[in-house]
Amino acid sequence: MMMSKKFIAVTAVLTATTALAGCGSKSTGSSSSNGDTIKIGANLELTGAVAAFGTSQLNGIKLAMEEINSAGGVNGKKLEVVSADNASKKDESTRTATKLITEDKVDVLMGAAISGDTFAAVEVANNKKIPMLTPSATNDDITFDHKKNKLNDYVFRACFIDSFQGKVMADFSADNLKAKNAVIYTDNSSDYSKGLAKSFKSEFESKGGKIVAEESYQTKDTDFKAVLTRIKTLNPEVIWVPGYYEEVGKIVKQAREMGITAAIEGGDGWDAPQLVDIAGKENLNNTFISNHYTSEDPDPKVRKFIDAFKAKYNTVPDAMAVLGYDATYMVADAVKRAGSTDKEKIKEALANTKNFEGVTGKISLDKNHDPVKAAVVLEYKDGKQTFNTKVQP
Amino acid sequence: MNKRFFIGIAISLVFYGVVQALISGEILNDFYIDTLVMLGVNIILAVSLNLINGFTGQFSIGHAGFMSIGAYVSAIMTTNLGYSFPLGLLCGCLAAAVAGLIIGFPTLRLKGDYLAIATLGFGEIIRIVWLNNDYVGGAAGLNGIERVTNWSWIFFGVLVAVVVIQNIVKSTHGRAMISVRENEIAAEAMGINVTKYKVIAFVVGAFFAGMAGAFSAHYFYGIAPTSYNFMKSFEILVFVVLGGLGSTAGTIIGTILLTLLFTYLQDIPEWRMVIYSMILILTMIFRPKGLLGNVDVTKFFKKGGASKNGGTTTTP
Repeated sequence: MMMSKKFIAVTAVLTATTALAGCGSKSTGSSSSNGDTIKIGANLELTGAVAAFGTSQLNGIKLAMEEINSAGGVNGKKLEVVSADNASKKDESTRTATKLITEDKVDVLMGAAISGDTFAAVEVANNKKIPMLTPSATNDDITFDHKKNKLNDYVFRACFIDSFQGKVMADFSADNLKAKNAVIYTDNSSDYSKGLAKSFKSEFESKGGKIVAEESYQTKDTDFKAVLTRIKTLNPEVIWVPGYYEEVGKIVKQAREMGITAAIEGGDGWDAPQLVDIAGKENLNNTFISNHYTSEDPDPKVRKFIDAFKAKYNTVPDAMAVLGYDATYMVADAVKRAGSTDKEKIKEALANTKNFEGVTGKISLDKNHDPVKAAVVLEYKDGKQTFNTKVQP
Repeated sequence: MNKRFFIGIAISLVFYGVVQALISGEILNDFYIDTLVMLGVNIILAVSLNLINGFTGQFSIGHAGFMSIGAYVSAIMTTNLGYSFPLGLLCGCLAAAVAGLIIGFPTLRLKGDYLAIATLGFGEIIRIVWLNNDYVGGAAGLNGIERVTNWSWIFFGVLVAVVVIQNIVKSTHGRAMISVRENEIAAEAMGINVTKYKVIAFVVGAFFAGMAGAFSAHYFYGIAPTSYNFMKSFEILVFVVLGGLGSTAGTIIGTILLTLLFTYLQDIPEWRMVIYSMILILTMIFRPKGLLGNVDVTKFFKKGGASKNGGTTTTP
């Protein structure tokens, strides 16, 4: 009896592993030596809490890599993307970054998708002197540590920062919507949300608006009716909810069901196809978000990218995919200007990025390694993002 | 403290020396050092939880809470206040032990599921305290912590944890703890102060959990409240249960296997959790008591006339 049990166990494990080994090994590009390729290590959230962001970003990166390679590569060398999963955990992100540098010997690091995981990799890049470009980490301190007043020499980003987003939406509320009263409803467990709330508040108040209440919720909350009832009695013109799509979708749905018709606004954390499913199409009317780009943009560069992305993945790219795509081109551009894969030269070239033409607009990096670029304000109409206005920095 | 004990220590030190030589000779690169540190941290966590869950039989799922206290207190000491790492480490351990004491008295009158829920709640309270405290960075946590932990720190940390816990278990106090696990009423009838031993188990367990927290905080550059949610507590619990409740060697082997498994599945993210979970399920079906549950490894090394109360230790 014992023997047969053991036998079953062994066979089960063996079949499982062989079956998985077959499906599992999907490396991007060939693993040749560094001589004729430029290796980019992508430290991304492919599983765990924000897997949707990392996966989408990797799609953008891969598309850019294929395009660059089919156009002859950079300096006669092909790009190769090595991706590794950090499971949306901080300590794993440190290890993933180290693995990409020491085991895979990458020339440039990309990632992570969210600020917390990026923080964990910043010191690895600094210590190993490998340039790192995060496509979408928006926390102000990633590239420039404000507490220590020190620039992270090897760290760059391709997106605008948190404080800019809050400012854009506060200006939009005061100038375009002519709002006088606003309620702030923050995700208290998210630093991103708190950052956006802070910059919105200071800008909105400096424009003469009034914040009538500041409420908060926690990630993974599902019932927001108690707070929304209180907000309803205050009758604000704008409700600022700078959270992530999961909770925001429920907040919008419950608010509309309770008869709150005020404009609800948020940042790029709203931008995921799941938002429409959670909130419902008609509930999203009269909501506005700031974002990195819009799929409605008639610019031929944007159209070309969207067509290519749709052809490959059969879905409309979200902001994460676009930023991954742009960041890959930024790296390619820097390597081309550096003329070699020397880490120091790539770092210098990245820091000197000027008027780089990306899908998300013209990108120039300032002295803090942060891009100076425009943000777009989008309005949801029947579940579709429509372009409302573009805000220059 | 017999001959066997010192042989165990000697073997461990040789192991330490070999690895240190490999690191100094740059044969082991940073990725392997990362993995070794991660292994060490997990072993300390699992072995200390095993004292509470495995030997004393108190079902605690708030271990990540103790770990976070060690991590935060040590990081505040070194990063915010500028003290040295050894002092920060000590304060972190002590703070966690005090938390173990505070949580111990009111909740240890609870049993089984009720205790589990109380410890779960405790872990979450600690996390929420960090989350809403701007002095420690709120949701973003503390970043820019200097990397101090290295192979030597982690090795001697593991050694101290294993030796201390193993010696407690083999002592009178350990026997008392095991009797509490087996039958509280019988233990009390024999004159054992049940609450006292439960509190001791919690304090010692929390002390080492704090140590693991301090080591990991000073290796991975930053800490955030999300790293210490109840999923982390479960992760530690899984190490212990898979390795074998009440077996130090089993716990260590279980931890090493699962940590390495998780590391090497990094390249196939689509299947990572599937394989990981499947191995857990299969182990629990075919080895319900864990890999080394109810097996005393030291038995294999003992021959006929070995001393009966030998404080044998296992190499980490």
